[in-house]
Amino acid sequence: MSGALNLWRLFRRKRTAVIGLVVFALIVAAALLAPVLYPEDPGDMVAAPLLWPGEDMAYPLGTDPLGRDIAAGIFHGARSALMIGGISTLVALAIGITVGALSGYYGGWVNDLLMRITEMFQTMPQFILAVVLVAIFGPALSSIITALALVSWPPVARLVRAEVMSLREREFVQSCYVIGMSERSIIFGQILPNCLTPIIVTASIMVATAILTEAGLSFLGLGDPNVVTWGAMIGAGRESLRSAWFLVAEPGLAIILVVLSLNLVGEGLNDALNPKLKMR
Amino acid sequence: MAKTKTGRSGGSLAAFFARRLVQAIPVLIGIVLFSFVILHMAPGDAIDVMAGEAGTGDAAYMAQLREKYGLDQPLYIQLARYGVQIAQLDLGYSIRNNMPVRDLILQRVGPTMMLMSVSIVVSVALGVLFGALAAIRRNSWLDDLISLVALLAYAMPIFWIGLMLIILFSVTLGILPSGGFIDVARQNVSPLGRVMDVLWHLVLPAMTLSLFYFAIYTRLMRASMLEVMGLDYIRTARAKGLGAAKVTLRHVVRNALLPIVTMLGMQTASLLGGAVVVETVFNWPGLGRLTYDAVFQRDYSLLIGILLMSSVMVIIINMLVDLAYSWLDPRIVAR
Repeated sequence: MSGALNLWRLFRRKRTAVIGLVVFALIVAAALLAPVLYPEDPGDMVAAPLLWPGEDMAYPLGTDPLGRDIAAGIFHGARSALMIGGISTLVALAIGITVGALSGYYGGWVNDLLMRITEMFQTMPQFILAVVLVAIFGPALSSIITALALVSWPPVARLVRAEVMSLREREFVQSCYVIGMSERSIIFGQILPNCLTPIIVTASIMVATAILTEAGLSFLGLGDPNVVTWGAMIGAGRESLRSAWFLVAEPGLAIILVVLSLNLVGEGLNDALNPKLKMR
Repeated sequence: MAKTKTGRSGGSLAAFFARRLVQAIPVLIGIVLFSFVILHMAPGDAIDVMAGEAGTGDAAYMAQLREKYGLDQPLYIQLARYGVQIAQLDLGYSIRNNMPVRDLILQRVGPTMMLMSVSIVVSVALGVLFGALAAIRRNSWLDDLISLVALLAYAMPIFWIGLMLIILFSVTLGILPSGGFIDVARQNVSPLGRVMDVLWHLVLPAMTLSLFYFAIYTRLMRASMLEVMGLDYIRTARAKGLGAAKVTLRHVVRNALLPIVTMLGMQTASLLGGAVVVETVFNWPGLGRLTYDAVFQRDYSLLIGILLMSSVMVIIINMLVDLAYSWLDPRIVAR
């Protein structure tokens, strides 16, 4: 507990990090409150079409050409963005940590093989790979999350591999061999908990990147048609770009807020967890 | 990756490329294998898609087509055939476009490379310039402003930047075209006029793609400059009486550039992905636009061809980046 307290003391020294955390907390609250504030399906027509923001205060962000409430879309979109970004990051972390730990711990041919595979996934352009996977497996939540996870695990694998390689030579790990601990409990119980710090920092940035990639996919029409996403709202708003640009601007600002807040939190965590770097 | 080596005894340029190509082979084989697997995990094959489009489900005809394209063979034979085919640089045939996939892709590589190279140059140049300015004037209002712009640009979806630029420059100000490659309404223009026309259409897409990467390079350059400025040899350079400008340019900037080049190599794949999105926003006739069309025509062989070809492009660009690295830092020999 004192570790967490200490971390918070270091984290709050940076104003931008605290601002990022507050904004992110507000977005999480918006996502959680979406079904309460806007219980109707955000895809339903509720008002006159193409109301400008502020024209009717019941629909503060305006309505689209089908009379759908933009504010409802933004709130429900927060839900899907955080869910897709969060789950795909967890899956990517699971793949990346496994690959990194195995290749860092065992070295040899295991390392060679796994690093070639990692290199392979870093050579294929991430966005094109995601588009190809979703196009082939169909635009459903499961395939979108799988595609996002498949394109984002390689940096985790490289990071964990480097950490594990340096940790396995340390005395506390060597002494675990001596007392006869099993390899599995050495990897999961001793080594991995000690590389949690950089993983946490990376994870916050990965969620941000996954949200951006997902927005790009749904902008291209590759989102799950049953889920409201900001990217899809921008894609639809593009049709009336000349007459009602707010349809494109508003969901875009929502994406920027999420990504920006996550980046600020990640940066703040990085500084707090590596206090030495702050001396620069 | 460039490796550190003492001395300058690296091989010739040709040897460098040959060695790197050999190193790339396992990765390429892996990508081909991966493509084969996802193609075969796809629900339905190309024949199902064709039959669905044509509205016929004649089983005998479909079986005949499968036989013609070898889709009735056992998987390992299909894989072997696929491997041989790829090794002959044959990426398959796009039934939908009635054209070999390779030719379809080669037609579109040019505009994408044009967009990417202009964006790389613009984003690196501006990123280095503004990152260096921010570092030199650290903690001033200029530094704050540059850092804020970079922070915001780093959080923007690329396609959104494009749409906002269209609203500003095409819809509101009406000074730049909102999309396309050339002005089709203007016929009989001189070759030079045509070049200017294409460049004019390139302004917004390149600006869009550059802005995001500009943010990355600005942030990196600033951090990198601050790091180098604190090193001992910079103090030595100052102590021996070199002018501030000379120290900054020759000693700080040059050394601070190394991480930029590393990052450039790491960003190639991402930049190509960004180009795909930008091309669909601006109707730029490159690989991205081709990808978009292939998605909606469910042209899987074309999609896989694009994935393979873009991976090859990434490998080639990374080689060039490593060459640039050894040029910047002679201690590092490209190999």
